[in-house]
Amino acid sequence: MKHKPRLPQGLLTTGSITLTVLVLFATLPGYASIYTVILLAAIFMYIVLTLSWSIFSGPTGYISLASAAFLGTGIYTSAIFGKMLPLPVVVGIGGLASFCLALLAGALTLRLKGIYFSMFTFGLVELIKHLMLWFEINLTGTRGRFVIVVDHITVYYVMLVLLALTILTAYAIRRSKFGLALQSIGEQEEAAAHTGVNVTLVKVSAFAISAFFVGATGAIMATRWTYIDPYIAFNYLFSFMPVLMAIFGGMGQLYGPIMGATVFAYLEEILITRFPYFYMLFFGIILIVSVLYLPNGLAGLIQGWQKRVWGARYVHP
Amino acid sequence: MSILEAEGITKHFGGLTALSGIGFHVDQGEILGLIGPNGAGKTTLFGLISAALPPDRGVIRFKGEVITGLKPHQVCRRGVARTFQSVKVFPNMSVLANVMVGSFFGRPNTVSAAAAEGESVELLEFVGLSAFAAIPARDLTLANQKMLEVARALATAPELLLLDELMAGLNPTEIGLAMDLVTRIRDRGITVFMIEHVMKAIMCVCERIMVLHHGEKIAEGTPKEIAASKTVVEVYLGESAYA
Amino acid sequence: MLVTFLDIVIAGLLLGGLYALIAMGLSLQYGVARVLNISHGEFIMLGALTTWAFYTAFDINPLAALAICGPLAFILGFIIHRTLYKRLLNSSGSLALFEGNSMLASFGLMFIVQNLALMFWGPEIRGYSYLAFPVDLAGAVFGANRLVTLGFAILIGLTFYFFLTRTRIGKAIRAAAQDPAAAGIMGVDINNVLAICFGLGAAMAAIAGMLISMSYPVHTGMGLEYTIIAIIVVVLGGLGSIPGSFIGGLLLGLIGSIVTYFEPGLALAAYYVIFILLLLVKPTGLMGKS
Repeated sequence: MKHKPRLPQGLLTTGSITLTVLVLFATLPGYASIYTVILLAAIFMYIVLTLSWSIFSGPTGYISLASAAFLGTGIYTSAIFGKMLPLPVVVGIGGLASFCLALLAGALTLRLKGIYFSMFTFGLVELIKHLMLWFEINLTGTRGRFVIVVDHITVYYVMLVLLALTILTAYAIRRSKFGLALQSIGEQEEAAAHTGVNVTLVKVSAFAISAFFVGATGAIMATRWTYIDPYIAFNYLFSFMPVLMAIFGGMGQLYGPIMGATVFAYLEEILITRFPYFYMLFFGIILIVSVLYLPNGLAGLIQGWQKRVWGARYVHP
Repeated sequence: MSILEAEGITKHFGGLTALSGIGFHVDQGEILGLIGPNGAGKTTLFGLISAALPPDRGVIRFKGEVITGLKPHQVCRRGVARTFQSVKVFPNMSVLANVMVGSFFGRPNTVSAAAAEGESVELLEFVGLSAFAAIPARDLTLANQKMLEVARALATAPELLLLDELMAGLNPTEIGLAMDLVTRIRDRGITVFMIEHVMKAIMCVCERIMVLHHGEKIAEGTPKEIAASKTVVEVYLGESAYA
Repeated sequence: MLVTFLDIVIAGLLLGGLYALIAMGLSLQYGVARVLNISHGEFIMLGALTTWAFYTAFDINPLAALAICGPLAFILGFIIHRTLYKRLLNSSGSLALFEGNSMLASFGLMFIVQNLALMFWGPEIRGYSYLAFPVDLAGAVFGANRLVTLGFAILIGLTFYFFLTRTRIGKAIRAAAQDPAAAGIMGVDINNVLAICFGLGAAMAAIAGMLISMSYPVHTGMGLEYTIIAIIVVVLGGLGSIPGSFIGGLLLGLIGSIVTYFEPGLALAAYYVIFILLLLVKPTGLMGKS
C-alpha cells in the first residue's frame, strides 16, 4: 500500500524555520533602517491580501474580485473611528466590518457560478465606491477624510501580527476538515453537497474569514495614506493585485501566494515611483505568461523541479 | 416496513413533464430496481429524493419524516446517499480523501480524523480500491471511479443508497463485480434503490422492480412479473424498434 | 413638463446608443468566443486616442478615421485571439476553466495596452471640437455630434444584424455560438470564426471610441469605466445575446438619464444597483435563456 509520505520531520523543519523568521522580523526594527521597516510593512500587506484571497478562491476556484471592497471597508473604519478608539480596537472593527460585509455578500451571491460571481464581486467594489462618494458629497459634505497618523514601527508590528495570524489561519484551514470541504466544493460542488457538505455555509464562512484579514489590514494601512477618499480606499487595483500575485505564486502550496506577493510587492516598491508604466506593463505580461505557461505558478515550478531532482518518488501512474 | 415513501410526485421542466403524480415505496432492506426508457424521468426522481431538485408537487418521506424541502447535505446526513449517472468524483483529491469527505460530513454526528480515515480505508477495501488509496481520483478507470463513488456514498453511513446506473459503461467482468457489490451492500443492512439499464443485472439482483415511462409509473413487481408484463415489453420493444 | 420628459428620453437614447455599441462588441466576444474581455475598454481608448491624434496632427476627419481604426482594431483582435486565446482554449480543460483563465488573461491585456498607451500618449485629458453645433429636437437642444453617435450606433447595430443573419460567415458565427462542436462538424473552421468574432468585437470598440472622442474628453485611463458599463449592459441584455445588448444599452442609457435628472451623483451607483439586483434575481438577463 502506497500512502502519501507524511513527514513529521518536514513539518518540524517548516515550523522551526517559520518561527526563526518570525523572531527575526519581530526584532528587525531594532537594527534595520526605517526604510526597510516601511518596505516590509507594504510587503506584509500584499502577502495578507494574497493569502486571504487564496484561502477562499484557491480551493473553491471562485475568482473573487472583492478584495478592494474589504480593504476599503477597513480603511474607512480607520478614518471614522481612528480618533475615538485605541488602535487595536479599530483594527478589530475594520476586520469585523469586512467580515460582516462578506457574510452578507456571500450569502446573497455564492450561488452564482463562475464568471457571474467574479462580475458580481467586481460590481460590489464599484457600488460601494460610488455610494460612499455620493454619501460623502451629499450627506457629510466632504470629499475625503484625514486618517490619524501612526508611527511606522507600530504599523509594522500590527502588520506582522496580522501576517502571522493569516498564515496560521491559512495553514490551519488547509490541514482541517473545513479545508477538505472547501476543496471538495472546488472540485465538484454538486457531489460535495450530496456527500453532506453544507456548501453554502462552508463557502460563506471561508469568504468571510478571508475578508476579516483584508479589512483589518485596511484599517492599519489606512494610517499610511493620511488622506483617503473613496477612489483611494476602493481602488480596483487592490482587487486585481492579489489575484495576480496568487496565480503567479501558485495556489497549490501555502508558500506560493506568499512568494508571489513578496516578489510583486518588492518590484512595486522599487519600480512604481520611477517607472510606473513599466511596472504595470510588466504586471500585465506576467499575468498572461502565468495563465498561459504556469498553471500552478512558481510553487508548481518548484515542485516540478523537486520531482525531477528527487526522482519519480511522488509520480503516480 | 417501508423506509422511503413518495406520494403524488410531480416535476415539470418548462413545458415538459418529467414526472407526473408518481407514488411508490421502498421497503427496508430490499434492493429495488428502477427501469424505463431514456427520458422516462428516472434520474429526475433520484434528484428529487436527494434534494438536488425541488418537486413541484408531492411529498417524500424517509423513515416516516418528510424530507422534501431539505437541502442536499441535510438529506445526506439523514441517511440517504447517492451516486451519479455521469461520475462526479473529486478529481484532484486522493482516492482516500474522496471517501473521507463522506465520513466527515455525511453523518449527523462528528467523526474524528482517525476514525474517518480508518473507516475510509475499510470502505476502499470493501469496494476493491485499496491499492489506489493515494493516487488522485482522476487517474482511476471509469469503473473504479464508479466504485469510488459507491465508497464515498457508503462513508456517509446511509440507510438508503441510490445507485444511478452503476453498471453503465462497465465490461462484463466489471458488471459481475458490481452485481456482487450491490448484494454485499444490502447484506450490510443498507437498502438499495438502483437505476439500471443492464437487464441481466437488474433481473438477478433486484427483489422488486418499478418501471417508469414518460414520467409515469407503468408497472411494479418482482422481476418475474415485470418480465411477463405486456405493457413493459411493449415499451421496451417500442423503443428497440426505433433504436 | 413634456419638454423635460422628452429631454430626458432623448438624452437617454443618445447615451444608450453609445452603450449599445460598446456592449454589442463585448457580447460578441463573450457570447461566441467565451472571453469576458476586461480589456474591451482599452480598445475603446485606442480608437478614441487614435482618432484624436489623427484629427489634431493630420487634420483627418474623425468619421474618416473610422476607415483606419476599425480594420486595424479588427486585425489586432484577430491576432490576439489566434495567439493568446486559442492557446488558452486548447490548454484549459473545460469551458468554465477557459472562461476564468481568459478573463484573467484579458486583465493582463488591459494592463499591457493601457500602459503602452500611457508611455506613448501620457496621462493628459484631451479633447477636440467636431460637429459640436447645437441641433433642436422637438424643443430640446443636443450637440450634432451626439446625434451622429446615435445614428452610427443604430447603423452599426443594423449592419451587424444583417451580417449575422444574411451572410455565410454570419451564419457560421451563430452556429458556433449555439453549439461549437456541431458547427465544427458542419465544416465551419471554428478557430477562424472565434478569432473573427473577437476581431469584430475589437473593431466595434474602436468605432465606439472614435464616436466617444467626438463628444467627450478622452485619456489613456478611460477604458475600464467603459468596460464596466459594457459588462453591465451585457448582463442586463443577457450574456451573449446581441439584440439583448442593443436593447440593454438603450435601456441603461435611459435609466442613466432619468437618475441623472433627479440626482446626478447617483447615475453610476444606480447602474451597479441594477447590475447587482439583476445578477441576484435573473442572472441570465432580460432576454437571456435560462
